[in-house]
Amino acid sequence: MSIETEDPSEIDPAEILGSAIERREDPALITGDAEYTDDIQIPRMTHMAVKRSQHAHARIEDVDTSEAEAMDGVVDVFTAEDIDVPGSLPVGWLLETLEQVDHPILAGEKVRYQGDGVAIVVAEDRYTAQDALDAIDVEYERLDAVTDPSDALNGGPEIHDDAADNVAFEWEIGNADETEEAFEEAAHTVDLEVENQLLIPNAMEPRAAVADYNPSDNQIDLAMTTQNPHVHRLLMAGVIDHPENKLSIRAPDVGGGFGSKIHHYADEALTAWAAKQVERPVKWVATRSETYQTDALGRGHETHGQVAMDEDGNITGLKVDTKANLGAYLSTFAPSIPTYLYGTLLSGQYEIPAIHCEVTGAFTNVPPVDAYRGAGRPEASYIVERLVKHAAEHMDMDPAEFRRQNFVPGDAFPYETPVAMVYDSGDYEKTLDRALEMLDYEEFRERQEAAREEGRYLGVGFSAYIEACGIAPSELVGQLGAQAGLWESSLVRFQPSGTVTAYLGTSGHGQGHDTTYSQILASELGLDIEDIDIVEGDTDEIPQGMGTYGSRSAAVGGSALVQSARKVVEKAKKIAAHQLEASEDDIEFEDGEFRVAGAPDRSMHIQDVAGAAYLAHDMPDDVEPGLEASSFYDPENFVFPFGMHAAIVEVDPDTGEIDFETYVAVDDVGNQINPKIVEGQIHGGVAQGVGQALYEGAEYDENGQLLTGSMQDYTVPKAMHVPEMETDSTVTESPHNPLGVKGVGEAGTIAAPQAIVNAVVDALEPFGVENIEMPLKEERVWRAIHENGGDA
Amino acid sequence: MYPGEFDYHRAESVEHALELLADLDDAELLSGGHSLLPTMKTGLADPDAVVDIGHIDAMTGIDHSGDTTTIGANTTYAEIADDDTLWDSVTVLAEAAGEIGDVQVRNAGTIGGNIAHADPASDLPAAALAADATLVAHGPDGEREIDVDDYFIAMYMTDLAEDELLTRVEVPHQGPEVGSAYVKKPSPSSGYALIGVAATLYTDGGTVASARVAANGAMDHGVRLTAVEDALEGMSVDDVGDAGEHAGDSLDTSMFMDDIQASAEFRAQLLEAYTERALERAADRVGVAATV
Repeated sequence: MSIETEDPSEIDPAEILGSAIERREDPALITGDAEYTDDIQIPRMTHMAVKRSQHAHARIEDVDTSEAEAMDGVVDVFTAEDIDVPGSLPVGWLLETLEQVDHPILAGEKVRYQGDGVAIVVAEDRYTAQDALDAIDVEYERLDAVTDPSDALNGGPEIHDDAADNVAFEWEIGNADETEEAFEEAAHTVDLEVENQLLIPNAMEPRAAVADYNPSDNQIDLAMTTQNPHVHRLLMAGVIDHPENKLSIRAPDVGGGFGSKIHHYADEALTAWAAKQVERPVKWVATRSETYQTDALGRGHETHGQVAMDEDGNITGLKVDTKANLGAYLSTFAPSIPTYLYGTLLSGQYEIPAIHCEVTGAFTNVPPVDAYRGAGRPEASYIVERLVKHAAEHMDMDPAEFRRQNFVPGDAFPYETPVAMVYDSGDYEKTLDRALEMLDYEEFRERQEAAREEGRYLGVGFSAYIEACGIAPSELVGQLGAQAGLWESSLVRFQPSGTVTAYLGTSGHGQGHDTTYSQILASELGLDIEDIDIVEGDTDEIPQGMGTYGSRSAAVGGSALVQSARKVVEKAKKIAAHQLEASEDDIEFEDGEFRVAGAPDRSMHIQDVAGAAYLAHDMPDDVEPGLEASSFYDPENFVFPFGMHAAIVEVDPDTGEIDFETYVAVDDVGNQINPKIVEGQIHGGVAQGVGQALYEGAEYDENGQLLTGSMQDYTVPKAMHVPEMETDSTVTESPHNPLGVKGVGEAGTIAAPQAIVNAVVDALEPFGVENIEMPLKEERVWRAIHENGGDA
Repeated sequence: MYPGEFDYHRAESVEHALELLADLDDAELLSGGHSLLPTMKTGLADPDAVVDIGHIDAMTGIDHSGDTTTIGANTTYAEIADDDTLWDSVTVLAEAAGEIGDVQVRNAGTIGGNIAHADPASDLPAAALAADATLVAHGPDGEREIDVDDYFIAMYMTDLAEDELLTRVEVPHQGPEVGSAYVKKPSPSSGYALIGVAATLYTDGGTVASARVAANGAMDHGVRLTAVEDALEGMSVDDVGDAGEHAGDSLDTSMFMDDIQASAEFRAQLLEAYTERALERAADRVGVAATV
């Protein structure tokens, strides 16, 4: 039931919010008119390449750049010794026990993962820059490497002098005593050990940067692949010791991020710094191999989960112990991901009286691990839903009914969990019931039974997921350790002719913000969307911003936009009242028109008010000329989208091959600004979730060498790997923002993996299979079947 | 992602190509570019010179005459997979060509490049073995024919000499009582065969008279599954799937490919399952022209 798109010109502005209009940004993106960072050409531009360590852990004995420097076309070569600025990448989220370690933009003493940068070459062209890398001679003393968090914590080689036993932090949430008590009194307990494997984000566009430095006014203009230009500017100003107001950062069109372009990496800072050194423009574009080696990884958990139940199968307690792989250094927001974005979601959709979660963050010799689509929440939903499946089986209860019995009831909202969250709104049975209906669940169970008799193995898996989007308010996140506020800012500006430009601090990179923000503004101001222009991703144009991640743009950015639009209307109303010679109290605003109550022929359109405001010949007292307003919106709370995803699969016991029969997604993301974009986000998210469930996983050998370093070896799912999806939605508004929206950017990725794994485990129940680790490669499935003799 | 520097030479004829090969040190042949270029971009190959043979017309095209089809080495996978006559007369080869990579790969990659490169996980070696192909090579001493059974030697190693050029592939047509098929388990990342099985069944009145069955992906080069062929002899076409269990019998299973994609043990399991599928599909096609 795919949603049909609509032509915006045929939709009344009053109906535009919630319409599935075509994406405004697509023509440029699909015709090649879009401008990506690598498309930028500047006269006298040079090219930078980074010499990277081939070892995962080694002491640097000597770096000899003389041969490279002598090469024709090489402008300059720099090593750690040349870095004359602080040059250490900061951490944006602190925890009480966090061991902050130095993260140099070029390694001088030690390399800690394969791909750690040791030198840069600036050359006249890309080929020369690459060739010069081969001419740099680095002498290493190799050290033992460790890539697994448990191995790192249990006597692994020391990676940082300051981090004893490779412990980055120890963190807990919930109530240990109450949880212990729940387990002591439990009639039943189950437990499960699961891994949530390391993933490589694989944005279609690799990271890239182009820096232009003007020595006469000390100005650096940096175009780069970023999800948050203002955050990058703030952090980079410190890293390269350059005044924030002399560093402009612009995000041209950005080809996907999935979180990987939030973080502050070394390479972009080096590009800006190098431009200042050589006083020429510098371009750096990651090769796909560098993307595989250096983009921050996602996930990387080893978890032991336990559930306590009473004799009726009511969950009474949940205990979770996680070892989180943080990689070689702390990436920008790394400490928050396996803690506040993970432990706080462990209640799932369930009423669980007592929860306790402990997380140990471990340094290892893999690239830094940080936010990747879902960021902590997929890991939480995975362990909860795998445990719930396991518990239902243990109780010999139907997994759907087991969930229903334990759901937070619809009348319990706002609902406070034992892990510091207050769920805004929800109606979990509604999405469950719709999913069961779409699956034809009872009929399926009969078919499953009949198929087993014939030696065919079908299974159904559920995923009752919850996520938290729009992390806020700032005061709360500050208490939790964030070194930033998580508000969003907007500026809405009318031009004298009546067109409007809105500037937002979010920074879209594929989400369709041009379309959805235009819909919000068209609805608020009663304008045709053709009269609206949306500007994002430029620190020169947009006053301030926090960026796009964590499914926050609609809930936080959209709300900031509403707030500014309403301020504009308020001011316009004063001017309209003055022009119409009526009292402000008598003015009504609808569909872009200010009308005098009771005298409908006396009216003035907001676009004409804009003209009057700039003409300023006849303004009310105390009202300044011009028509624009800005605002900083700081939400009251997170928002909590939820839903039920379910898969039906058939497993071939001879080969371990998995075939999808159905994939059903019923999501509740609050009000939908554009249902087509919502549907697209679900489709794309599920595709990535399928990737994690069945195909993806960063693999390293015992020396920390990446074995899955290209598309040939690392399976990004292709169209043929992704099942047909049936999607539907329910709408439970969030009371926390003026739009009643929740967020959808990560829902599919969070929901899908456990639906698929649960389905495969369900199919293989006759073989006594209780768990298979992701990705469910055929070989793993086949081995799981045959581990217990292979008899059904 | 950035290949090293190299000289590019375009060969205008087979003779010109052979001259260039003789004159240049460290030269590689380029046709469709789907084996050579990826290895150059990742730094695995770094030749001083590349001889482009992709524009030699004499090496391009499909010719059906009598009971043989001749395919020029520069013929793309797509041209082979789209050839209706080939689907009828040498089904296994057309089917294997259609299984390679994706549309873009099939539009560029060539049969000659594939068979000359001899990647053990590629799709054409087994298909060529099952189709009983003859490979024609040109060298300084002129032309010679190589029986496919003598051709594949080891990983990326064939009977072709350094100074020789594979110019065409000749395949005999199947008779009416012959059925053939190619099935594969592709690697989900690269699309190369974890296991690919090609089978040709020569039948007589519902019984298998003889068979040519071969596998890709199992060993370091495409190999005949002779134990399966032996088991098939005299078997009813309705039961051929049963011969799949002999898939590994004639092979040294300790030499099976073993990597992060699949262990040797699992490849052996896949080989049996896919041999069964290939045989059953080939049997279904006996006496029935296959369709695209």
